[in-house]
Amino acid sequence: MSGFIMISLIILVFVIIYQIGKASEYAAILRGEKKVNAQVNRAIAFLLVAMFVLGLWGIWECHNYFKDMMLPVAACKTGERYDAMFNTTLVVTGIVFLLTQAILFWFCFKYQASDKRTTYFFAHSNKLELIWTTIPAIAMAVLVGIGLRNWYEVTSPAPAEATVIEIVGKQFNWLIRYPGKDNELGKRDFRKINDANNVLGLDWSDPHNSDDIIAQNGEMHVVVGKPVKLVIGSRDVIHDVGLPHFRMKMDAVPGITTTLWFTPTITSDSMKIITKNPNFVYEIACDQLCGKGHYAMRGTIIVETQAQYDKWMASQSSYYATANPAAAPAAPAVDAKDAPAADTTKVISMK
Amino acid sequence: MNNEAIIIEGPQVAHGHTAADHHGHEHHEQHFIWKYIFSQDHKMISKQFLITGIIWAIIGALFSVLFRFQLGFPDTNFPFMESLLGEWAKGGKLSPEFYYALVTMHGTILVFFVLTAGLSGTFANLLIPLQIGARDMASPFMNMLSYWFFFAASVIMLISLFVETGPASGGWTTYPPLSALKEASLGSGVGMDLWLMGMALFVVSSLLGGLNYISTVLNMRTKGMTLTRMPLTIWALFFTAVLGVLSFPVLFSGVILLIFDRNLGTSFYLSEIFIGGKALPHIGGSAILYQHLFWFLGHPEVYIIMLPGMGMASEVLSTNSRKPIFGYFAMIISLIGITLLAFLVWAHHMFVTGMSPFLGSIFVLLTLLIAVPSAVKVFNWITTIWRGNLRFNPAMLFALGFVSLFISGGLTGLFLGNSALDIHLHDTYFVIAHFHIVMGVSAFFGMFAGVYHWFPKMFGRYMNNTLGYIHFFITFIGAYLIFWPMHYEGIAGMPRRYYDFSAWESFKQFQSINGFISIVALVVFLVQLLFVFNYIVSMYKGRKLTTQNPWGSTTLEWTTPINPGHGNWEGDVPEVHRWPYDYKDNGEGGDFIPQTTPLRPGEESH
Repeated sequence: MSGFIMISLIILVFVIIYQIGKASEYAAILRGEKKVNAQVNRAIAFLLVAMFVLGLWGIWECHNYFKDMMLPVAACKTGERYDAMFNTTLVVTGIVFLLTQAILFWFCFKYQASDKRTTYFFAHSNKLELIWTTIPAIAMAVLVGIGLRNWYEVTSPAPAEATVIEIVGKQFNWLIRYPGKDNELGKRDFRKINDANNVLGLDWSDPHNSDDIIAQNGEMHVVVGKPVKLVIGSRDVIHDVGLPHFRMKMDAVPGITTTLWFTPTITSDSMKIITKNPNFVYEIACDQLCGKGHYAMRGTIIVETQAQYDKWMASQSSYYATANPAAAPAAPAVDAKDAPAADTTKVISMK
Repeated sequence: MNNEAIIIEGPQVAHGHTAADHHGHEHHEQHFIWKYIFSQDHKMISKQFLITGIIWAIIGALFSVLFRFQLGFPDTNFPFMESLLGEWAKGGKLSPEFYYALVTMHGTILVFFVLTAGLSGTFANLLIPLQIGARDMASPFMNMLSYWFFFAASVIMLISLFVETGPASGGWTTYPPLSALKEASLGSGVGMDLWLMGMALFVVSSLLGGLNYISTVLNMRTKGMTLTRMPLTIWALFFTAVLGVLSFPVLFSGVILLIFDRNLGTSFYLSEIFIGGKALPHIGGSAILYQHLFWFLGHPEVYIIMLPGMGMASEVLSTNSRKPIFGYFAMIISLIGITLLAFLVWAHHMFVTGMSPFLGSIFVLLTLLIAVPSAVKVFNWITTIWRGNLRFNPAMLFALGFVSLFISGGLTGLFLGNSALDIHLHDTYFVIAHFHIVMGVSAFFGMFAGVYHWFPKMFGRYMNNTLGYIHFFITFIGAYLIFWPMHYEGIAGMPRRYYDFSAWESFKQFQSINGFISIVALVVFLVQLLFVFNYIVSMYKGRKLTTQNPWGSTTLEWTTPINPGHGNWEGDVPEVHRWPYDYKDNGEGGDFIPQTTPLRPGEESH
């Protein structure tokens, strides 16, 4: 009923507005259409300019409103490059934006219809076309140049000393696996997945798996100043590891392994001071629609010093031990010396 | 009445119509069904497309208002939602499942059903025959089929809104495996099957229409209407059709393979999946393959949406500036450039899918290259109004708004097209802001400019100007108020397609601005309803046309009678002697020379 009243009310308002519009149409005819049209035209030209000026003010206000809500400084080297490039692009596009919009609205005002003016028949000019083909082309070339330099840096292979951490998406949380003492992630197979005691489908016949640690609370620990390489996978649908504070993201695609690496430069504790927010936390946001719980697929990253990290790591027990409490003692011991310290993820099917 | 029932006396247009018995404009009462429903008159079909498009636009926009309520006020319950959506909004709070269904269907409806079928279908049908001097389309019957396939697609899509598990909810791009597996989401059930069937029929409709537009433009031009005397609207609609014909079949194949994966146990897109407590047997497929197939249409689709607006804005700007379009040939060349490049940039939607970075860099280069013809067009539009005599009728305002929005949205494309910046901005609100401004609002502005400008040709009446001005100013300001702040949210990393941000330390500070955006969205939605109201009332009550050529335009559609019958011109189809933008002194005090006027002695053709 209330819906019906609402709709009737809206229609009633429309009818009234339409009647006013209609009345002004008749009034124009009575008062001499040519004159009224000229008045309206002048009013509109004025309104367009007013709108432009108000728009500039609005941009300023909007900027002030958001100033303190934006992301803090980038928390990794490539992120700093990212911000610099972003600002360059913003300046280039900002200038073009202001100039073209200002000219557009200024022309609207300046060249509003007038009986006195005869229009200038100006159909083409190869010189002008050449100028405004070349200048954007050069500007684009510069932006592409900066972009590709940064792109190849971000997507370059991770340094050999990088810590390897696997992050696997599932509806609707992140599973994080550390290679353990042997520094090597063991094989896994989606057919061996079992939500009770093998969430990632680790192949227990692979000894590298026996010391792997899996965090199911979506909390990832990394060491400040040390490159970290994420090996990204998915159990079910496509997810995306979004790291806004590090200015990067990468899809997690079932059947394909993707990677992402960065060197965190600011610990979580320092960031709490920088942002003056005691609750600050680096967040991992799923950035690819993955179903009804997509918006709640949250992970966190704790960036800490080596000492804090070692302490935390020492408190973790292997997934094999936690998933098979009884069998834990029987877990094959891993000999530290066959575990190369180098980054080796070749055991995981790479594509 | 059938198409062959048109006597064609004019030269050039005669072939293709053999049997002829009487004129279309004779006082011959047609049965209601043949005149209004199964009509083969391109003008009637264009109205059918437009009205169906308007209905879809209202549904699609209403969906956005509903999910904006959730985004703006996640802690508030709206009892009216429950009365409208029932179980999907228990207690007045939208469920996440239906939130995603609304988001998905909002995108599908507006991209395909409104801005593709509603836009191209309306204006290609209306303008191609009228502006090139043809009695009708090359195949009026195929043209009718095109509408009815669109109608069938619409019915199926509409049904999908009412099935128990809800409509598709995997985003308008419907990426598998989410869209392929019933276990992955409610919307991937029967709603998704209906979505795929609807889209398959939609592709058929689009191909039937597109082939018709292309052959009409190439074969049915009146005497003297060389390709370089065609108005830019026709050039734009022609390339729109070319884009559609070459890219929609690829979507079709993608859709068919997805149907196979869903129902026949194939593994085109599926590999190594554990879902619903069990490992699926699929191995060896690639989820990324679907994205390639989808975006091979998806990106040209953006230009399918944009080009008609570009063409119509060019026409409206020139007419209401009383000046020729600046750089006619540059405009055509840039259209060709955009059309070619449109096929070579699709993977810029996939920079972060794990695609080879080298391949990504090629797509960066090609994507930023497409900015060049776009920039040329903008500068040409601005030069067109320079030293003109601007008449600000609603059509002109929307064309100017189109240019403003196209600049704003185009510039943010430079951020997203550059993979090194996209790696952070991808799938954030920045993307939403970018594409809504550039291909949502801007394309709509092109469409509104077209509707206000050609409404007199469609119905022999004017729309009300006052309402048009209200419509323009509120929509224009509203569009910027809605989407400008979203850029900031996106730069702050706020992901799109989130139902609720309150649990996120990084994004929850935007709650109040989200509420503001929702309120503006509601206002803008109501103003669009006002436009629809103006449209419908003006069809019956609008001020009647007293002159054939109300805007003082040079093109052929304004040489037809005020209410043209089927066949468009009484007597011969006029012959064309000059280009369509001769807005200059005609020697008798007028400020334009129609295309049908022969060159004066000593006058050079353009």
